[in-house]
Amino acid sequence: MSDDPLLSMEVRIAIEAFDLAVKHELPLTGVTALFGHSGSGKTTLLRVFAGLERGAEGRIAFNGEVWQDTSPHRVFLPPEQRAVGYVFQDARLFPHLTVAGNLAFAEQRASRRCEAIERDAVLARFCLEPLLARHPATLSGGERQRVAIARALLTRPRLLLMDEPLSALDARRRAEILPYIARLPADFGVPVVYVTHAVDEVAYLADSMIVLSEGRKVADGPVAETLARLDLGPATGRFEAGVVLEAIVARHDQVYRLTELVLGRAALFVPLIDAPAGTAVRLRVRARDVALAIRRPEEITSRNILEGKVLEIVEEPETAFAETLVDVEGGRIRARVTRQAVAELHLTAGVNVFAVIKSISLAGGVSTVVTAADGAV
Amino acid sequence: MPDLGPVLLTLALATITTLLLLIIGTPLAWWLAYTRSRFKPIIEAVTALPLVLPPTVLGFYLLVLFSPNASLGSFWVTVTGTTLAFSFTGLVVASMLYSLPFMVQPLQTAFEAVGREPLEAAATLGASPRDTFFSVAAPMATRGFITASVLTFAHTIGEFGVVLMVGGNIPGRTKVISIAIYEHVETLNYAEAHLLSAGLLIFSFAVLLAVYALNRRAPLHVG
Repeated sequence: MSDDPLLSMEVRIAIEAFDLAVKHELPLTGVTALFGHSGSGKTTLLRVFAGLERGAEGRIAFNGEVWQDTSPHRVFLPPEQRAVGYVFQDARLFPHLTVAGNLAFAEQRASRRCEAIERDAVLARFCLEPLLARHPATLSGGERQRVAIARALLTRPRLLLMDEPLSALDARRRAEILPYIARLPADFGVPVVYVTHAVDEVAYLADSMIVLSEGRKVADGPVAETLARLDLGPATGRFEAGVVLEAIVARHDQVYRLTELVLGRAALFVPLIDAPAGTAVRLRVRARDVALAIRRPEEITSRNILEGKVLEIVEEPETAFAETLVDVEGGRIRARVTRQAVAELHLTAGVNVFAVIKSISLAGGVSTVVTAADGAV
Repeated sequence: MPDLGPVLLTLALATITTLLLLIIGTPLAWWLAYTRSRFKPIIEAVTALPLVLPPTVLGFYLLVLFSPNASLGSFWVTVTGTTLAFSFTGLVVASMLYSLPFMVQPLQTAFEAVGREPLEAAATLGASPRDTFFSVAAPMATRGFITASVLTFAHTIGEFGVVLMVGGNIPGRTKVISIAIYEHVETLNYAEAHLLSAGLLIFSFAVLLAVYALNRRAPLHVG
């Protein structure tokens, strides 16, 4: 992994009352999520990477190539010389050009430093052939974003920056485009930095993540580890907080339309998914969908009960709740429980518990999902 | 047969003024549309002055500037050997000032409508600022360019006060249509005045109709 490109930054920028200061060495491999609430500075940081914020101070280097350095001498490589692709939240296709014209615009100005990305491969991957003659104004939101991603790829970027490209789309369209994005690094050899405030997108797409809050980096690391941290409550959001687990498809039950997955040695059931046995899938379990029991619950509708040991409990004094982290076979699970329950069940680190999982979402790893993945099993 | 001299002179004046203002007005409008400078309101106000000043005021100051005793006027005499006042060149300079807002304001509005967003997108796709202007901003602002050019052309054709002040009434050099009409009326030659007036009226209406019809149409696609 040592030949992964490295984006090193030590940047500051003040925009009116907001100020952003981030120092980080970012190994660019797969998809890195830049995660935070709106106003956390994630879009601004992405724009700084691209060279769209000329007021940024400090230094950015890509594999030793200095993109900007404000001391001692001002160096600032304009966006058109950085050879990065940028997909904007609002697509920003040129309205005076057709889809084909928009793609040609990018191709004609493609960086010579990188290997060509085949136009035909991009067209096929994003199913753009039927759209070529259309004008952007006549496209749906999802179609526009597909064109925008294809257009950015055709510039042969060394790095693809994506700013919440799915935020303007409804859930169905998002589910349609997410797999395209997840496969970008593998299909086209381009590392992606993906800005989002949606935990489910992080869980689906990203390998590693940086968490920003109020213009500062508060955490970074692999997605599974970072999402399992209890101390990031305010930054990752409580409602959507949860963990990511990797499981393997074991078998399908056509009668009850369930798929059995193996996590460590434990079995988990999810609504039927379209993937052969042996496929690795990524699961997301939200903390609020998990209950804890001291004895194994019996005669209960929830099918997914994992035995484990409490690792950590963080009480939130201002609220009724406590966040717990439970070590189970094959991963860690977060459970959001009341502080009263913690007291009455005498929950502390080291106690053996059963985690009752009400709902599991499929976060990625398979191409098609037969049913809506969300559902209590 | 009416004298076509003033008509041709007017058309030449309007064409040259429009072309020169396109060259000067485009960067000015671009700057006004995108700058965050605190001097922007001042420059905007100066650009709009010809809209509110009586043409005689503008003409008076120009006449003073053009005088061989003034620095501009004497510089011009040294370089070209002729005076700016009461010459066709002087008329062009005066018309450019007089029609400046008619070029700059529609262009500024058009550039503002383009916004920064497509320019940023073009930059991330590898286009230099110059490339971005010609391949993104200008095509997107096509209608602004047409409106600005047509209004500038038409407005220059209709000017009177400034011409009278700095150009006078010299056949073939400064005698434009509006001056010719004035002269015909002074000499009670109503038939000629009618002909030129009606021609100007019909022309102006046709131009404005074309501009408004153009602005109503669906978004302009190029390429």
